[in-house]
Amino acid sequence: MTDTFWLNILIVGGIALCAAIMLYITAKKFSIQTDAKESQIDEVLPQANCGGCGFIGCKDFAKACAQSTAKSFSALYCPVGAAEVMQKVADILGYSTPKRKDTCAVLRCNGTCQAAPKKIEYDGLKNCRVANLTMIGEAECPDGCLRFGDCVKVCQFGALSINPQTGLPTVDANKCTSCGACANICPRHLLEIRPIDHNQQIFVACNNKQKGALARKNCQNACIACKKCASICAAIKVEQNLAYIPTTVSPQEFGTKLQENCPTGAIIYKSQVKREKTNV
Amino acid sequence: MCNKKTFPLGGLHLNKQKISALSPIQDAGIPPLVYIPVKQHIGTPAQIIVAPGDKVKIGTLLAKANGALSANIHASVAGEVKKIEEIQGEKGYFEQVITIQTSADEYEAEIDTSPDINSNIPQDVEEIRQKITAAGLVGMGGAGFPTPIKTTIPENKSVQYLIINGIECEPYLTADGALMLEKPEQIVIGAKLLNKVLGIQNAIIAIDENKPQAIAKITQVTKRYVGVNVAVCKSKYPQGGEKQLITAITGREVPAGKLPIDAGCVVQNVATTYAVYEAVMKNKPLYERIVTVSGDPSLTTAGNYLTRIGTPAEYLLDKAHTNKSQIGKLLFGGPMMGVSAVSLQAPITKKTGGLVVIDTASSLRQDETCCIRCGKCAEVCPMGLMPFAIASNLRRNNTAPLKALHVADCIECGACSYICPAKVPLVDYCKLGKYEVNKQK
Repeated sequence: MTDTFWLNILIVGGIALCAAIMLYITAKKFSIQTDAKESQIDEVLPQANCGGCGFIGCKDFAKACAQSTAKSFSALYCPVGAAEVMQKVADILGYSTPKRKDTCAVLRCNGTCQAAPKKIEYDGLKNCRVANLTMIGEAECPDGCLRFGDCVKVCQFGALSINPQTGLPTVDANKCTSCGACANICPRHLLEIRPIDHNQQIFVACNNKQKGALARKNCQNACIACKKCASICAAIKVEQNLAYIPTTVSPQEFGTKLQENCPTGAIIYKSQVKREKTNV
Repeated sequence: MCNKKTFPLGGLHLNKQKISALSPIQDAGIPPLVYIPVKQHIGTPAQIIVAPGDKVKIGTLLAKANGALSANIHASVAGEVKKIEEIQGEKGYFEQVITIQTSADEYEAEIDTSPDINSNIPQDVEEIRQKITAAGLVGMGGAGFPTPIKTTIPENKSVQYLIINGIECEPYLTADGALMLEKPEQIVIGAKLLNKVLGIQNAIIAIDENKPQAIAKITQVTKRYVGVNVAVCKSKYPQGGEKQLITAITGREVPAGKLPIDAGCVVQNVATTYAVYEAVMKNKPLYERIVTVSGDPSLTTAGNYLTRIGTPAEYLLDKAHTNKSQIGKLLFGGPMMGVSAVSLQAPITKKTGGLVVIDTASSLRQDETCCIRCGKCAEVCPMGLMPFAIASNLRRNNTAPLKALHVADCIECGACSYICPAKVPLVDYCKLGKYEVNKQK
């Protein structure tokens, strides 16, 4: 009786000992060096995993931060967490906080249902990327918004919505984190991340590179490359029948003037961009 | 004819609607203005070498091939170059075209316009290849791949089979069938020429079993020519797909992401083969092709038309007495893979095999409902893909597994969309998937 008892103890104990040794060896051999800083940074990140920082997810960004030097750290930025989170990350690493301009996405098209009425009936998959492969667009503008809202579906932060009146996606600047997912998915590259200067923004809401008459035929709000804006502000370039306002142009200085002088209304001046959370 | 060939995976049996199968080839005539696009092929647009005001003859070079992946463009009519402008193509996008005001036919001196059949095959391979390049030949089955590239075998690769594709598996289209009925000898000589260029003696003309007259005619001719044979294929869609045809004829499979040359095959359309004959034996550049006008019998008189490149679709529709006000959709190409045209003014290119008109009621897509996971799309897919899985991933914007689902191998034949009982636009999702995979690269 006692023999069986001790035998059992011996067998089970032996198996346990073998397993323990094996586990110890594997744990040693396949151990992953985790950086204490890395996991600390990961904890303060927003965990949106949106890819806005240029890395696959928050974990990768944390790793890049932990491995960065004081110099290379200034190139890393989490647009979602913005200044608040980056301050925490900088504190963990002991570096100075990187400064970024406040930005949000804007739609560089003003081809509303009224200005650019529907001319073609498209009955394929209601998806901008497929529509762009299939045809020119319902309003016959080769560079305009297709109005099927791929950008709305891809936005994780609910910052984009289709305006039922205009048919175009609108950006809620307060929710926009500048992650760039919309800019990346738009087949016509119409969404652009632009800086907000003193709660103001100015940009050309048109991407049509056709000649003025042709562009205007399909859309009342199209840029016709009249160069009026370029005569007001020398920094504005008109290339390929299209004006582009560089991000360095101050909306405070030129905003009202440019908007009033644009004959087609292609220039949009936003004087009150609402932001609760700011980068600066 | 008991040994009919086909591909093993998937496929559909469609109502072929070959209304104009036995109609003779008619001359479409000369429209008052032709619009010749400078890009009618895959690759870089050709470089224009004419200016407005220039007088041109039929066969005059208008634009030179720009680089290796490009093709020469020739005048299809005699007349005066009016403008170099941008007009809407079938998809609506603006394309650069050379507009020519036409006058009476006048040919370039070297073009042989006699109807006699010339079967004196030149001995110099380089000469044949040069003529094919000069004539601006591209694949006329729909893809528009420049023919000279296909006929040049890369180093460390070899060719065993030349397959001449006379399947024409799309419903309504009969242009290739009509060509085989009327010009069988020329096609066979064209195949011989391609044989010569590739350095093989093994051309196989593949014909769908639903064209018995063409099979009989071509078979009769091939008896007089060594190295050209006929293979009869089952009438199944998409039998005319390049990869499907190679599997059916040779039993080989083209590796994923590779070209037919990697399976030791070269596939040419019958229309291209005929163009090779004309380019080499008659010095005739590619400036006209046969276009089927077909569709709903209440809207149009179906027929096969010998059409000049650059003819506006509208002109051809008028020739076929089409009731234009009732058109729901005008398709460039067949109903399975064709492009729904945005403008009636879009010009016929080297790639256009047919115009199909569909009435408003039957042109509309039915409403999409939920996938019932019946698996029919996977059953009919000739490439062995799972369209339902591709669609469900893309609906959730999940692009990571697309590569593993091999969406890049999709040939966009449309069999999945056709069979889907829930009317899910599966081929649209596959196109989206291909776009996303290309973007990831």
